[in-house]
Amino acid sequence: MNPTHPLDRDKLIGFYRTMRLIRRFEERVVELVNRDEIPGVTHEYVGQEAVATGVCHALRPDDVITSTHRGHGHILAKGGDPRRMIAELMGKTTGYNLGRGGSMHIADLSLGIYGANGIVGAGSPIACGAALAAKLHGIDRVAVAFFGDGGMNQGVVHEALNLAAIWKLPVIFVCENNGYAISASIKEMAALERLADRAAAYGMPGEWVDGMDVLAVHAATTRAVERVRGGAGPMLLECRTYRFVGHFTAEKARGLKYRTEEEIAEWRKRDPLVIYPAWLRQEGICDPAQVDAEVEALLEEAVAFARQSPFPAPDEALDGMYAVPYPGFPARGW
Amino acid sequence: MREIRYLEALTEALREEMRRDPSVVIIGEDVRHSLRGVTKGIIDEFGPDRIFDTPISEAGFTGLATGAAMAGMRPVVEYQINALIFVAFDQLVDQAQKLRYMMGGQGKIPVTYLVVASGARRGLAGQHSDHPYPLLVHMGMKAVMPSTPRDAKGLFKAAIREDDPVVVFAPAALLPVKGAVPEGEYTIPLGQAEVKREGSDLTIIAVGPLVPEALKCAESLASEGIAAEVLDPRSLLPLDRETILASARKTGRVILFDDSNRTCGYAAELSAVIAEEAWDSLRAPIRRITRADVPVPFSPPLEAYVLPSRDRLLEECRQLLTGSRA
Repeated sequence: MNPTHPLDRDKLIGFYRTMRLIRRFEERVVELVNRDEIPGVTHEYVGQEAVATGVCHALRPDDVITSTHRGHGHILAKGGDPRRMIAELMGKTTGYNLGRGGSMHIADLSLGIYGANGIVGAGSPIACGAALAAKLHGIDRVAVAFFGDGGMNQGVVHEALNLAAIWKLPVIFVCENNGYAISASIKEMAALERLADRAAAYGMPGEWVDGMDVLAVHAATTRAVERVRGGAGPMLLECRTYRFVGHFTAEKARGLKYRTEEEIAEWRKRDPLVIYPAWLRQEGICDPAQVDAEVEALLEEAVAFARQSPFPAPDEALDGMYAVPYPGFPARGW
Repeated sequence: MREIRYLEALTEALREEMRRDPSVVIIGEDVRHSLRGVTKGIIDEFGPDRIFDTPISEAGFTGLATGAAMAGMRPVVEYQINALIFVAFDQLVDQAQKLRYMMGGQGKIPVTYLVVASGARRGLAGQHSDHPYPLLVHMGMKAVMPSTPRDAKGLFKAAIREDDPVVVFAPAALLPVKGAVPEGEYTIPLGQAEVKREGSDLTIIAVGPLVPEALKCAESLASEGIAAEVLDPRSLLPLDRETILASARKTGRVILFDDSNRTCGYAAELSAVIAEEAWDSLRAPIRRITRADVPVPFSPPLEAYVLPSRDRLLEECRQLLTGSRA
């Protein structure tokens, strides 16, 4: 960490608040999934907090992101309301998606969150579309497409990279390389060591950054945003990171084992939620414990809000599919 | 009234909508030079910021249209070949079609997908000859299949103005066909079927390029003293169930004439709707004439064998009437 960092104190504390919020949000979510208060499973972001935080804090509120199945961190970092997120995860009517989407589909168009996405890589061309619209409207808005190392092997991501490159769209492709596509190591699934090198094939810059270091991610994204907003065309940013937990909540119970304890322990040493608050304390920037207390209170309130919120009426299931509905459509199945 | 070709009617619709609404843009392969003819001359009037030639990457530009629509544009995506929607299927049915619902009704996704040259065109074989509407309709995607130049213009314009994704199937067989098209501004709302010919003995429900075939068949039947009604759903989803059921109840005999595969095809759905709702008015079993469940073969006699034909329809109509009169 650079002790003579140019960022102001509030910004630096803000990074920690967001990272801590994501970490504790995810831990609370696991508890709620295990207590069956959240149906299904969720994909936790524990370990990757520095990426979402560093990237999203370099964006403007009107910039657009498309997220992944592991989207909670991106959404919180972009300003998502934890109350409406937990409510959505519980399937409540106060949730972001009125209980239609759940964990993998949280969207808030007013915050530029064009949705988490259950199909790996599928958000990339959508981000390009948002960027094209901004360009055509003459607005200097940037779009960020998040995807993982698994997504980097999806054809549609390459189509999106190419489209963005030829039309110089203001898109930052953020490849969040946590090393594993579910159980498959990226070392076995890609011949290149640095996935950012693929950018060269599209005639755009590719940069590699330590995804465990929020300051490094933020600095790299800030440079990228400057470039992209200035009309120089897209770029690919690879953030090397790690998830400390399984691919999804139920993984532990299934006994899946594809990583060694040593490897996880090695990455744990670089936990941004340990290193960064220690640095803040050491530099006298703040007492992280105060932030922790704020975050706990916020989450406590969010969980209470979600618990108190009602479930939707069952027949609401047929609402909202079409902006222009017609009588009898969508059809009921009985 | 002036007569113009189906293809020209589509171009007129596009031009008028682009003039009316600056957020309408065209995205697709070879659209500047207009391989298919629909976008001919559009670039001269509207310039390169309204018409985008894409790389050959159907999933990519389909997804791009979704994002652009969410951000306030109104893209018209043109697919040069009917089967290309299979390449873009995730982006069509998992993304564009589902996102609004999954987002709890946030936003709108007003994309129009134009499938020009839908269906078989003689000698193009399995990967260029489909009418893939049942798949999309199955997933809840709004879809229309106009059968005349007038309907093509009116429905295409309505599709562009619709705040949801809509697929417009423009059958290859109909593109050169001429027909009367009004001069003035008009649209044909989604969800309205049209009786193209009145009759009392039986109802032929024909889809898209089979509508003119059904009309010719009805003509032949008339000379034999049989009055066939020809009904064109036009809008496949939303479907005008009322007009269909009224006709089925009126004649009591229904033949479905549809150029999509038989199994789980569009005719199967129409047949179920009629059987469920108008069972007590039927005087004979519902019959289906559809495409065979194989990819369209190359060789002309093989191709002709698997596609639904006017001759088969004629035969089926005669049998149906003879059988039920006995």
